[in-house]
Amino acid sequence: MQSLLIIVGVGVGVAVIVFMSALLSGLQANLIKRTLSSQAHITLLPPEEIARPQQATDATALRLQKQAQRLRAIDQWQTLRDRLETWPEIAAVSPLAAGPAFAVRGEANKAITVVGIEPERYNRVISLAERLTAGQLRLGAGEVVIGIELARDLGAEVGDKLRLSTADGRSDTLTVTGLFDLGNKGVNARNVYVGLRAAQSLLDLVGGVSSIDLALHDLDLAEQLARRIAGETGLTADSWIKTNAQFVTALTSQRVSSNVIRFFIALSVAFGIASVLVVSVIQRGKEIGILRAMGATQAQMRRIFLLQGGIVGFFGSLLGSALAWSFLMLWQLLARNPDGTPMFVIGVEPGLVALAAGGASLVGILSALLPARRAAQLDPVVAIRG
Amino acid sequence: MAEPDDRVLHLAGIRKSYGSGEVESEILHGIDLTLRRGEFAALIGPSGSGKSTLLNLIGLLDRPTNGQLHIDGEDSGQLDDTGLTRLRGQRIGFVFQHHHLIPAFTAEENVAMPLLVARGRPDAEMFARAGRLLDQVGLADRKQHLANRLSGGQQQRVAIARALVTNPSLVLADEPTGNLDTHSADDVFALLRDFNRRQHTTFLIVTHDPRLAARCDRIVELVDGRIVADRPPPAARDTAG
Ligand SMILES: Nc1ncnc2c1ncn2[C@@H]1O[C@H](COP(=O)(O)OP(=O)(O)OP(=O)(O)O)[C@@H](O)[C@H]1O
Ligand SMILES: [Mg+2]
Repeated sequence: MQSLLIIVGVGVGVAVIVFMSALLSGLQANLIKRTLSSQAHITLLPPEEIARPQQATDATALRLQKQAQRLRAIDQWQTLRDRLETWPEIAAVSPLAAGPAFAVRGEANKAITVVGIEPERYNRVISLAERLTAGQLRLGAGEVVIGIELARDLGAEVGDKLRLSTADGRSDTLTVTGLFDLGNKGVNARNVYVGLRAAQSLLDLVGGVSSIDLALHDLDLAEQLARRIAGETGLTADSWIKTNAQFVTALTSQRVSSNVIRFFIALSVAFGIASVLVVSVIQRGKEIGILRAMGATQAQMRRIFLLQGGIVGFFGSLLGSALAWSFLMLWQLLARNPDGTPMFVIGVEPGLVALAAGGASLVGILSALLPARRAAQLDPVVAIRG
Repeated sequence: MAEPDDRVLHLAGIRKSYGSGEVESEILHGIDLTLRRGEFAALIGPSGSGKSTLLNLIGLLDRPTNGQLHIDGEDSGQLDDTGLTRLRGQRIGFVFQHHHLIPAFTAEENVAMPLLVARGRPDAEMFARAGRLLDQVGLADRKQHLANRLSGGQQQRVAIARALVTNPSLVLADEPTGNLDTHSADDVFALLRDFNRRQHTTFLIVTHDPRLAARCDRIVELVDGRIVADRPPPAARDTAG
């Protein structure tokens, strides 16, 4: 009966922890995904362009500012690209030629960033093809893909013609083959994607690229890897973690505060288990005494109570995981975007359940340490007489 | 004189004090006692004379302040706690006034418990053995009953089966019939006597009931921590009981 109650207590604690963890990691994953939808994990720039940690959220903006004076190219970029592609940590490598220009259509004239890409490569860094709202990702000669914001500003649609011109007088007329929405208004208004060759000639970068975007398998390694690449190549390497320092700090402090909360929940669960076990040691004094009289060793008595703590923790965590799962299902039912799609998808991962079960069993055993010691040290004579 | 290895229990000059310094009080003042294999002895004496204290010492649940205590020839003074626990588990069976069964377990599981404690994991043989002992104490049809569903007399019989399941050399019973009505007390006592006769197990039984004491082979009387008498029961009473 008591064990049942404490298992429910442990269950509630574990449920809150699992629910919180799943919610938080779902939320953070979602935020990171949104942030990175228009951003590479690491951007490599020519060495002189020393990037200071910026409050700007976007590496492209940075590039635009700096390159206003004169575009610099990355040396030997093909070799570098091929070399980086062999790194196991790197998922995709995409060289770009990007620089400032104006988009002109009729009377309308907008300052933009021309981004010359190799579409298949670029698409593996930023899933542009998936984010098209019209047309397709086709960047042959004379073809351009623009953002929905710019399209609105210029009144352009798929199939329309558009003229791009640079400050030093080069220009090109291209046909819009697709419209994209990368979830970022600035990017949607500014980025104009053309083939790498077209950009190179527009920007007077023939044969060169101005930056290389990288996608990684593990986002969290971005900063370490950026340093390593910078060290090995002499290029400037900006990780998303550095360019979004404030955002990352916010995520980290969110995680820290949730860890603190989780710690205290675990602590109160531990005290709960310990107090129930202490009471049970007192209540079972006679049984402990008789077991000792039968020849049970102190170690055996200790083990019984440690086991009990572990079992309570383990079953509590199973119950808690089930509870957390139902909370999450409920949450997904309730938390929806205005259009009715779930705000973000979260699930209870098996790993998290295993961790909760392991953790709770461990907490159970740890909280049983003291009661188990008491049980082992109980004087059988006193226990049986009392 | 019997052979020395015939001595299941041998006490020499056993003293026991509680407390220390100024508040130290000696409860047992030098007890000498020997029990041989197959003996069936009663330990009697007024309340507070030290009977339970002595039984706990013999049962290795406590250590004497002074004196020597041998169980089956093994000197308990030479053993550490683990050694005492082992010796206790192998050689001694306890029956207390209260049965101390574990209520959440069945009669059979309770009886098998000492074997489980000794072997560490359950096996079929220990339950078979527990079952046989329950047959012998007349509870063949109650094996799967939970301990707390049995009557007082039945519970005490389960406790006796439990004390005997390890085949101990010495069974210590502290007022085993103290909680029972006369009829059940007679039954339980008869059961102990029966085991004693069939298996030659040595018994030392604390009792306040002179009628039962009279049915033992030997009556040891303790007064104020000293053995004042150690004799066979009066023959007249023997037939009356
Ligand atoms: N742990 C202890 N500390 C101090 N004194 C104790 C302790 N245990 C027993 N005593 C004392 O030792 C004396 C003998 O107690 P014991 O229980 O052995 O008597 P008993 O003969 O079994 O009595 P009863 O017939 O009432 O069971 C008593 O005066 C008791 O108060
Ligand atoms: Mg007593």
